[in-house]
Amino acid sequence: MKAKKGFTILALESSCDETSAAVVVDGTEVKSNVISSQINTHQKFGGVVPEIASRKHLENITPVVEKALRQGNVTLEELNAIAVTYGPGLVGALLVGVSTAKAMAYALNIPLIGVHHLAGHIYANFLVCPNLKLPVICLVVSGGHTSLILWKDHGDYEMLGSTRDDAAGEAFDKIARALGLGYPGGPLLEKEALKGDPQAIVFPRAWLEEESFDFSFSGLKSSVLNYLNRAKQMDEEVNIPDVAASFQEAVVDVLVTKTVKAAVEKGIDTITLAGGVAANQYLRQRLLADAKRHGIKIICPQLIYCTDNAAMIGCAGYFQYLQGKTSDLNLNAIPNLALY
Amino acid sequence: MRVIGLDSATQVASVAVVEDDKLLAELTFNMKKNHSERLMPMLALMLEEINLTLDDITGFAVAVGPGSFTGLRIGLATMKSLAYVKDKPILAVPTLDGLAANLEGCQGIICPILNARRNEVYTALYRWTGNGHRRLTKYMATGLATLAKIIANEGGEVTFLGDGVPVYREALEDLIPQARFATSGNSICRAAHIARLGLDMLKEGQVSDYFSLEPLYIRESEAEVKWREKQQNGQSI
Repeated sequence: MKAKKGFTILALESSCDETSAAVVVDGTEVKSNVISSQINTHQKFGGVVPEIASRKHLENITPVVEKALRQGNVTLEELNAIAVTYGPGLVGALLVGVSTAKAMAYALNIPLIGVHHLAGHIYANFLVCPNLKLPVICLVVSGGHTSLILWKDHGDYEMLGSTRDDAAGEAFDKIARALGLGYPGGPLLEKEALKGDPQAIVFPRAWLEEESFDFSFSGLKSSVLNYLNRAKQMDEEVNIPDVAASFQEAVVDVLVTKTVKAAVEKGIDTITLAGGVAANQYLRQRLLADAKRHGIKIICPQLIYCTDNAAMIGCAGYFQYLQGKTSDLNLNAIPNLALY
Repeated sequence: MRVIGLDSATQVASVAVVEDDKLLAELTFNMKKNHSERLMPMLALMLEEINLTLDDITGFAVAVGPGSFTGLRIGLATMKSLAYVKDKPILAVPTLDGLAANLEGCQGIICPILNARRNEVYTALYRWTGNGHRRLTKYMATGLATLAKIIANEGGEVTFLGDGVPVYREALEDLIPQARFATSGNSICRAAHIARLGLDMLKEGQVSDYFSLEPLYIRESEAEVKWREKQQNGQSI
């Protein structure tokens, strides 16, 4: 499908605890990217409560859309398509975005583009690097996902490996909670780790089989929890920054080694990052250093495009539209949607 | 004046258009299928069949609850967005008002009940006044024994309708031996009533804001209730 110059997409994202709307022109020019976070709402529960998230999304969505249009200096009539995350995610949360997008596309008589949430994260790399040449290796790390993907071409992904148990971000959140750092755990743990010694405690790394690009973080998680329990029973004081730094070191070690190995093995010269954990500065630094030794380039979306946001959905939606992959009005939210 | 009505508070998916006193179209499905998949195509099909577009519509009436939280959110997100894009009024019609309207001219108390799970129903009591229904109680989520007491206080005959009937009919017959029940075709939520009541509201200027309209949940989320209980217990210790 051809898109005229200045093709303007309104994108919606509501798969978890951020209500976001963005205006994206020609796939990579972000006119606005409004994100209404619910972190404060869920904080007292220690994690995202699906029913409350759904309620908040419905409360936020229309004002957020209006704000995105205003900030983008675009009227409803100027929109050429609506893109929306339809999975994976919390079904009740997704449904708010999907229902809104369908009604808007129908009322404006413009195409509807259902976008996979991970495709959005992956395409965030086009926002930082509009001339990105495929194929690349993409490491997707977030609270719900840890996958190594060979991104061959637009909409064409080969899953090289993924986590067999916890996602990396999930492990961060759980350990952060065990350390009493609160929610959301990832950024708080990273901050704590800055003050600690990453070599202080040797936690196990799950390398799995020699040829495997899969990940596993549940063993590491148990090991850290056991360490904390043992210390508590022995009445020993725990050095929280050291535990945080050593845990983070173990996670990053495995992520970096496997990602660089995948690029070398597949003969790919570029690695891209995606997902909320890609905002982790330590991971970025380590990956950059390791990749450099192999002559591999690293591309990282800006922090704001790593966490959940609608701009990335607009970007992925645009390239999907060019391939003619639009959706019908019967589009449903699919909580466990597969990437391909 | 033309108003679109939509009800997705229960398993029933229903859309309708009224033009002043006339029901132009109504499409109702009473089958288990996702509202998300069905509602927009139903609405599009209905308008196409009667040769109308959204530009011909004066207002958007939606059943705001009580009912299934997810169903309500799909209905509200849909209708709020249509109203927003077309910058037309949105009209918030309580689901139970629409349901009570199924029984016109009915003697005694009209008691719509929706299955609220946890052994409760969403309900309110109504009486037919000759040219409409008067609501006698607030909208509530309540157990059957409490409901039977409220009905006994009002006195007289009572007719139940709604998707709570198949679930609680026997229990209600035990509590209220003289209870009557609407036939199943008159027991489902219908958008024709939502549209008509919405049109009345539009005439009276009872218009809601499409930015901020929220469902009539009645119940808080379970997490909220548990959190508060925990806080109170914590304080009393």
